[in-house]
Amino acid sequence: MSGFDDSLLNEADETVRVRFVVNGRKVACEVAPRETLVDCLRDKLELTGTHAGCEMGACGACLVQLDGRAVHSCLIFAVQADGATIDTIEGLSELGAIADLQAEFHRRNALQCGFCTPGMLVNAHELLSQTAQPSREEIRDALSGNYCRCTGYEAIVDAIDAVASERMKAGGAGGGVT
Amino acid sequence: MTAPLTSLDRPNSYIGRSVPRPNAKRLLAGRGRYISDLRLPRMLYAAFLRSPHAHAKIVSINTEQVRAVEGVHLVATGTDLAKICTPWTGTLDHFKGMTSAPQLPLPLDRVVWAGQAVVAVVAESRAIAEDALELIEVDYEDLPVVVDLDAAREAGGALVNPGSVNNTCFRSQLDNGAVDDAFAHATHVVEEEFSFGRHTAVTLEPRAIVADYDPAAGMLTVHHGTQTPYQFQDLYSRHYNIPEARVRVIASDIGGSFGMKLHVYHEDMAVVGLSILLGRPVKYVADRIESFVSDIHARDHRVRARMALDAQGEILAMDVEDLTAIGAFSTYPRTSVVEGNQVIRLMGAPYRFKNYRATLEVIFQNKVQTSQYRAVGHPIACAVTERLVDMAAAKLGLDPFAIRAQNVIPDGAYPQTSPTGYRFEALSHQACLKRLHEMMDYDGLRAEQADLRKRGIYRGIGIAAFVEITNPSPAFYGVGGARISSQDGAILSLTPSGEVRCLISVTEQGQGTEAIISQIVADQLGLAQEHVKVITGDTEMTPHGGATWACRGAGIGGETALQATRALKRNILEIAALILQEQPSALDIIDGQVVDAATRNQRMPIAEIARIAYFRSDTLPPGTQAQLTVSHHFAPQGYPFAFTNGIQGCSLEVDVETGLIKLLKHFIVEDCGRVINPMLVDEQLRGGIVQGLGAALFEECRYSDTGQLVNGSLADYLVPMPMEMPDIVIGHVETPTADTELGAKGVGEAGTAAASACVLNAVNDALAPFAVTINSIPITPLKVLTALKRF
Repeated sequence: MSGFDDSLLNEADETVRVRFVVNGRKVACEVAPRETLVDCLRDKLELTGTHAGCEMGACGACLVQLDGRAVHSCLIFAVQADGATIDTIEGLSELGAIADLQAEFHRRNALQCGFCTPGMLVNAHELLSQTAQPSREEIRDALSGNYCRCTGYEAIVDAIDAVASERMKAGGAGGGVT
Repeated sequence: MTAPLTSLDRPNSYIGRSVPRPNAKRLLAGRGRYISDLRLPRMLYAAFLRSPHAHAKIVSINTEQVRAVEGVHLVATGTDLAKICTPWTGTLDHFKGMTSAPQLPLPLDRVVWAGQAVVAVVAESRAIAEDALELIEVDYEDLPVVVDLDAAREAGGALVNPGSVNNTCFRSQLDNGAVDDAFAHATHVVEEEFSFGRHTAVTLEPRAIVADYDPAAGMLTVHHGTQTPYQFQDLYSRHYNIPEARVRVIASDIGGSFGMKLHVYHEDMAVVGLSILLGRPVKYVADRIESFVSDIHARDHRVRARMALDAQGEILAMDVEDLTAIGAFSTYPRTSVVEGNQVIRLMGAPYRFKNYRATLEVIFQNKVQTSQYRAVGHPIACAVTERLVDMAAAKLGLDPFAIRAQNVIPDGAYPQTSPTGYRFEALSHQACLKRLHEMMDYDGLRAEQADLRKRGIYRGIGIAAFVEITNPSPAFYGVGGARISSQDGAILSLTPSGEVRCLISVTEQGQGTEAIISQIVADQLGLAQEHVKVITGDTEMTPHGGATWACRGAGIGGETALQATRALKRNILEIAALILQEQPSALDIIDGQVVDAATRNQRMPIAEIARIAYFRSDTLPPGTQAQLTVSHHFAPQGYPFAFTNGIQGCSLEVDVETGLIKLLKHFIVEDCGRVINPMLVDEQLRGGIVQGLGAALFEECRYSDTGQLVNGSLADYLVPMPMEMPDIVIGHVETPTADTELGAKGVGEAGTAAASACVLNAVNDALAPFAVTINSIPITPLKVLTALKRF
């Protein structure tokens, strides 16, 4: 390993300017090409509601909405998201888009440590925007990429199920704002 | 509308009520404050170079190139940290003869497991620190690797710690006599060898720490994702020689812990040292692969056990040998033998039998340490006992419910001492058995099973009774010389506006500590719950205590809060009595109002008492010193543990072509004494069950012959996901402990304790037509097909 090429480090340090619309606001930041979107959101934009659990797309803690679809922010580089519209748990909360889901999760204690919760909510939001009244089986299936170590998942399934029914009763299939 | 009023219909009656957690809204909005989120001014980031070898001599370490890298502030080896940190040894005095080698943050001359941290780099970003690791050259010289349990025990074999006589960490025996005699006279004997794989906690947030040493103040502040901040305050103080009062440990939101986050980890100790060396905040967050190779693992037992029964199916005796391998060191400060110790002491716990003998052997090997993880020892003892009971039932032609009904200690027969030496205050096995039978629709399930079997569909039904250890007294660790508190403390203040602030030493990891404490305070004081603010997890603010582990949050923390609140209420009413010219005993508090105890007529708001006491003490009688802050500690007395009990059942289907197991439904009847918040208890039970189900079917840390962990990622190490998990039906029996006013016991281990035993019994029940058995977990498809000789 002697004779390490110094330029390797410099290359890694070189940054690229990227622009996104994050939670409804235009932002620009300097990122290293190797920086993942989750690191950019958490470290550069201080949006720490998006969590890194496994950093390989297996746990779902890092889910955000990218151009309206739920994606793993640990699996894409920030540079790949250049020009995209990104909504994180913070933005979805402020928008009120998932207020009914959050209220139902709260009412049923569908969380414990809360680390998986933002990803769960982003996924639940996506599910209900695609399928107005999913069966419990379909809810479990949709959440099968969201790992929770604390709960037994059941209260989460119950909460999503209840919100789907409420939204149906209220007459709007999608319910949320996307 | 005509239902009779219950205690829950009183105003401010929160004990027993399913109220949501006040802190959950914050987490739902993405406003959690996890240690991994924290960024401090001038903060640097640590990364560790890890050993690629399971056992090797460190010949040399060359860090020259790294020190020149821009952005790197410090490179530290074991030698650098050994200058400021004293070593630790994971033994307890009451485990006679126990050994373990001294540990340091980073090793000096030898690595003992693959993944052990060897060199630390601190840099301006984690990425720079990781880049820099690649420039470090370490020369290793391979040493013989001890991986396999049998090889570790071989006389003259390779040693984990050269210089020791063998690889034994600890040996222990329990024997209350006449076991051989009981087996000689038994009509039936059932016997089996079981194995339980290594698994690990896989908290969704990995371990995280930010150490911040301020040399000007001589003050160390550590933001630490831990369950036990006071324990770490003591440890950082002693091992880094900083006065205790100048060490502050803050544990804010924690992304899962389950026992894993209360042990001393080498990297965490190193990060404290790195911060001391630099005089700047240093952050370390394990990534997932680091978590797999450096978090404690758990279980890893091989148990040989037999049970003697008479002709009628009465259990007479048990004879048990537990072999467990714990990695290269015993963990500190709780040790790695507690699990084995609890395995041999929880064997047969639900049952009435007299003769018991057990040996425990705890062995070192070149793997990461195993130690306490949720339901320490419970799943092993439960699976072994409950499998033997099922095997006995089959031999005797008894139904699994019938043999248990015949043998459990009757509900009216307490107090009882188990043949393993545990003292049970009051358990409710009979009530739980009966309730589970109804809840499962057991007869219906059996009929359906028989029906489906004719069509080649193999369903299994399994049940497993358990006893859970909660609320440990000082006899647990204190007696062994560990500075781990069994008491807790609370400081309760009435604020000038008439609200209550409660600082308490039990900590919150999402199970709802803050919620139940505020329920208890509001209930006991006579206040709306939203007017109680609970603060946890900061050694500088909250009084010293054991914090939350071994299910002590409700039972010990809750009782502390209850007693503290009663003291505050007495003080408030004394001042109210002075103002109102009344006897304190004639007054009470409802909904924040002082009332006449007899008529409930309102006299004055407690906010007015606070206003007078804080701002117009001149209007109070001379000599009055209003004590609107009380501090109170509570340590468990009476029984050494608050044992709880329950029973679980499950229904599952085995696909005999693929070996896949589908969990259909799970049931639990559980008795944790007084339930403070049923909703929190229920989801706590479900979470615990799912961890047990993961162990039963999926989770195993697999090692190669050379001691490499081969499945250290969430793609390779399977965890229970929503799709594989069943709905879980819950029933409660309440037998409050008489040792406290509150009567609450713990509930955190209950789910995990018996879930894997249930599945083991159910799978064997499903495979009964094939006359094959499975005796190890996880029960993978490969094991099923191998048992069926289809692979």
